[in-house]
Formats: sequence, structure tokens, C-alpha cells
Amino acid sequence: MTTSSSVPGAVISASEGLAALVDVLAEDRTVIGPTCRDGAIVLAEISTADELPHGCGVELEAGRYRLVSRPDAMIFAHSAGPQSWKTYLHPQRERLWTVDRDARGRLAFQAEDVAPPAYAFLGVRPCDLRAIAVQDRVLGGGPHTATAYRRRRERAFVVAVECTDPGATCFCTSMGSGPGVGREDGDAAAYDLALTEVLDDEGHRFWVRAGSPAGERVLGRLPHRPGDAPSRVAAREAVAAAAQHMERAMPPVDLHALMAGSLDAARWDDVAARCLTCGNCTMVCPTCFCTTTEDVTDLTGDHAERWQRWDSCFDLDFSHLHGGPVRASARSRYRQWLTHKLGTWHDQFGESGCVGCGRCIVWCPVGIDITEEAAALHAESADRQAAAEETP
Amino acid sequence: MRPQPVPYDGGARPTLAVFKLASCDGCQLTLLDCEDQLLAVAGRLDISHFLEASSAVRPGPYDLALVEGSVTTPADAERVREIRSAARFLVTIGACATAGGIQALRNFADVEEFRATVYARPDYIATLTTSTPVSAHVPVDFELRGCPIDRGQLLEVITAFLAGRKPDVPNHSVCFACKRRGTVCVTVAHGTPCLGPVTHAGCGAICPAYGRGCYGCFGPSASVNLPALIPLLRRDGMSDDDVRRALRTYNAASFAEVEGAPS
Repeated sequence: MTTSSSVPGAVISASEGLAALVDVLAEDRTVIGPTCRDGAIVLAEISTADELPHGCGVELEAGRYRLVSRPDAMIFAHSAGPQSWKTYLHPQRERLWTVDRDARGRLAFQAEDVAPPAYAFLGVRPCDLRAIAVQDRVLGGGPHTATAYRRRRERAFVVAVECTDPGATCFCTSMGSGPGVGREDGDAAAYDLALTEVLDDEGHRFWVRAGSPAGERVLGRLPHRPGDAPSRVAAREAVAAAAQHMERAMPPVDLHALMAGSLDAARWDDVAARCLTCGNCTMVCPTCFCTTTEDVTDLTGDHAERWQRWDSCFDLDFSHLHGGPVRASARSRYRQWLTHKLGTWHDQFGESGCVGCGRCIVWCPVGIDITEEAAALHAESADRQAAAEETP
Repeated sequence: MRPQPVPYDGGARPTLAVFKLASCDGCQLTLLDCEDQLLAVAGRLDISHFLEASSAVRPGPYDLALVEGSVTTPADAERVREIRSAARFLVTIGACATAGGIQALRNFADVEEFRATVYARPDYIATLTTSTPVSAHVPVDFELRGCPIDRGQLLEVITAFLAGRKPDVPNHSVCFACKRRGTVCVTVAHGTPCLGPVTHAGCGAICPAYGRGCYGCFGPSASVNLPALIPLLRRDGMSDDDVRRALRTYNAASFAEVEGAPS
């Protein structure tokens, strides 16, 4: 975005400007954004800005989520909703191929080839921006690319909204993924537009930056004014204040090494006693990507389909080999999840699988807290080390 | 036992029999409820014994037997052995056949007392002191859970039988189904008591989709931690008695076998 002003970016109003943004995006895209439904701020298709959660906030704690009315008209001052963008980019179930048998018994395979919808994601928080980048490396990178994922991803228009009101379960600052969009993580092209919501005496508005030519084109069509210093300062301060308000943090240690050194920790028994093994943490996690496949046949026997669906390392069948599951105990399954998320993910993909969004903390019915578990493992490791040093 | 795939050569169709023990008939009616697929089912299987559909019955042996209901009488205990001996592949359908059903509440009470209270001539009643699943009496090839069973899962079991493959019937919790269909967790977001985290998936998570907690109609999942769930139910307003009653419905006997179940 080039403006005559010395301040980068532009400013749009929270009323006409945001309404126009949704309208412009909806012209040729399926717009997905936050909206209030069933006592939560969920992600769903929206057609106007009126459907966004104006004045809605959330109170978050481990195992607890409550929708509340805010004293102000803020639209994006909430976090850790029940879904993440993988709902759209990496859907819970999709067909991979079909096969038909003709009268002579010949099989004809047909790979699934349906043009994916062109999405516009409105309100992607910085932690989720990082999560999308993580899934890009897992599903879109490497020698075996998930074609359908890549096509959905390539067509998606991303409107990031910086976080100004983190929940009590958020810890993005300690994972280096928020609350601002930043540029230091190398995900420079991660968004098309980045917005920061500002509500002060000067009005309710968004400071907007374009991160791509497509973003610049969209911004050019919105009623906007050049970026001004007060708006930029207010936006920067709101994001800085959010970082200060972050209530949780991962222990500031090498988590990769901690996980590798904690495979026999007693803490796994402690957490296993509390864990329902219900799989909710993996389903709400914006980076958990595991799937299984199911082969569907019909009653004629001449038609079969292969479907891919979300799976979870908490499902006993996930590690079922001949004779039974490899990870039969809750201890082994929780350990698998955490050590992969924080540890072996680095070995596989060169980064952490955790972005600090806090969803696994909120949506765990019994409120198991990943930061607390990591801290307990660290404390146990430190104790072990101290004891070893005392023993000659 | 794994069924052999049935060749699609237009030859003899495998025979299907549907039997009922102590039950309400709801699960076998699920087969008639298949509507759009019913003709296809009848085209692939020779329906030889299905009293809810036709009074014309043919003798066994049957290639596939669907058995509904639990064993509650000495006569049923004998009959289920006959059914087994006449069935190549035996699938039990529903909470009664797989867990003893709601009538397994007798397992926790004095049946003599019931008999004396309910019947004018208790000496006419020949009944067992327990209601037990079919698998407690004879080997079962596959158990399909639910009160009632899910139509889609029944078709999957039949289709898998015809194809000679394992049915795709996951053993995980209802939470998986809620998350997949995008239902907001009723416990976390509303404080509603829900048995979903310990209940076998299969219904498609219907109740939470309508804002209600799961009732556990499909019985315990393959991986249950009741001591972790019960404090949540108590926190969300259930008394100890409420918790006991919630776990003592259609799958009372199987939940009672789970570690940490209230006595």
C-alpha cells in the first residue's frame, strides 16, 4: 500500500469500512469470519459485517468458555474459539478418490478433483496465522503435498486481525507467535491484509496494512484514509498492552530437549489420571493434522470411495496394529501428543507444533493446561538433575 | 471371524435373518427404516427370517444374522444358542443385545421382589435374575451399539459383510463426533453435564447438537476415565444420585463394569 502519508498503511472505519471489506470479499469469495452462535464465537460463513460479533467478548479459563457482552463495541476482542481455520483448510472429512467396476470387472479409478471454494478468512489472529504456516509446512510442503489442501490454501484470502484482548488461556507471546502479526518469523506473505482494531476518542476504526498485491487491490476499493500517526500509535499500544496482559506462558526452556528428556517422567501418570482421552485437544488444535482413511463401499459392490477424516492420537485405533493398539494407556497417548507437539515436531518440521492459542486448555473438559504440564515436566526434570548432581 | 466377500455374480444371494430377544423392536425396525437403501439391501440379501417385515420365514442356516435384545429368560438363553448354531456371521444390534439394555437394571436389584410386586401369579413367570448381552452366552462376530442403533452404521455393517471387510465403526468418544460436526462443547461453553467424553460414538452426536448433554445411549467408549468425568458432572449440578442414574440407563451393565463407576 502506497500512500502520500509517512505513516504506513491506511485507516478504515469500523462501520462503513468494515462493511465494505466484507462486501468486496463476498463478491467472489466465501467469507468466513467470527460470529455468535450456540453460546460461543464460532467461525462460519458470513455475508455482511453485521454478522460479526459486535460487542461480544469471552471469558476463558481451563475447561471453561463463556460468551459475555462487552462494555464497548469492539468486534475482534476475543480469542480461542471452538474451531480454527483448519476446519476450512483441512476439513474434517474429504473424499480422495472413487473407483467403479464395470460389467467386465475392470476398475476405473478417479481422483477427487473438485475446484475448492475461494475462501476469504476474516479475523485470523496472529497465533492462527502461525498455525496456518505450520500446516502449510506439514501438508503443503515436503515431497508429498496434500493437493487439495494446497489448492484451498493458494486460493484463500487472509485478513489477519491483531490481538488486543487475549484470553486468560493465551500464551502466544511465549511461543513468539503474537499478539501482533509481526514480520520477524519469516511469514511475510502470510496475510493479504492485516487489521488492528482501535476504539478511542478518535473513533472506532482499523489500522490496515496490505501484505500482498491482492490485499492492496482490496484495500484500494474500500473507503479509507491514509494511515495517521494517532491511529498507528493507538494500534501499536493496544497490541503491546495485549502482550503485557498475557497471563500464561510456556516455561522459558528448550522444550524440545525437555520433552526428549522426559519420556519416563512421573508427571505422565499424574496427567493420565485426569485425562479423559476424549481427543478434544487435538480436534481444536489449529496445527494437529492427523488423519485416517476409510474405504466406503456401496451395496452394489461396484462402487467404492476413499475418504480421509480427522484422526487423533487419543483414539485407541490411531496406533492399532496387528494385535492391538501400540499406545493403549492414557499415559502413552497424552505423552505422544505433548512430546510431538512441543518436541519431535521440531525434528520433523523444524519448528514447534504449538502456537500458544490456548484452545487445548479451554476446550479440554477437565481443563488440562499444556503450559502447566510443561512446567511440571520442567520442575521434575530440574529435580532429577539436582538429585543426580548430589549423588557422587 | 471375518466373513468371506460375497461374489457379485448374480448367483445365490446370502441369506439374512433378524431375531429378537428381550427388546423393544426399535433396532430391527432401523432396517426397515433404511428406506432408500432397502431395495438394494433386499437385492443383495435374501431376507429369510424377519418377522417385523414378513410372516414368511425359511429355516436356516443363515449367512448373516442380526440379533436384537438381551437374554432375560432361560428360554432365551437356549434360543440364542440355536440362533448361533444357525448363523454363519452373527451381529448383535443395539444396547440390549450388546449390553443387556435398560432391563439390566434388574442386575442391581432383587428380581424376586419385582416378580412378587408386578405379577398376580409370580409362579407363572420364568425369568433370570440378570439381563445379559448375547456375547455373555455365545460368540458374537460383531457388536453394533446404540439405543437405538444408527441406520448408517447398520448399512455399513451389512455392506462390509457383503464386501468381506471390517466395518468402519469407530470406538472413540462422542467428543470426536461433536468436534467434527462443529458443535460447541456444551460442557465447556454452557456448563451442561454431558456423558460424551466417556460414550461410544455412533449416533453422530445428536444431543449436543441440540444443546443437550449426551445421555450415553451407545455405552462406554473404548477408552473411559469415569473418575475424571464424574467430578465435572457434580460441578455442573448433578448430585451423586443423578450421576448414578445417568450411568444406569440403556447401557447400565456396561457402564457399571467401568473402573470408577458408582456402586
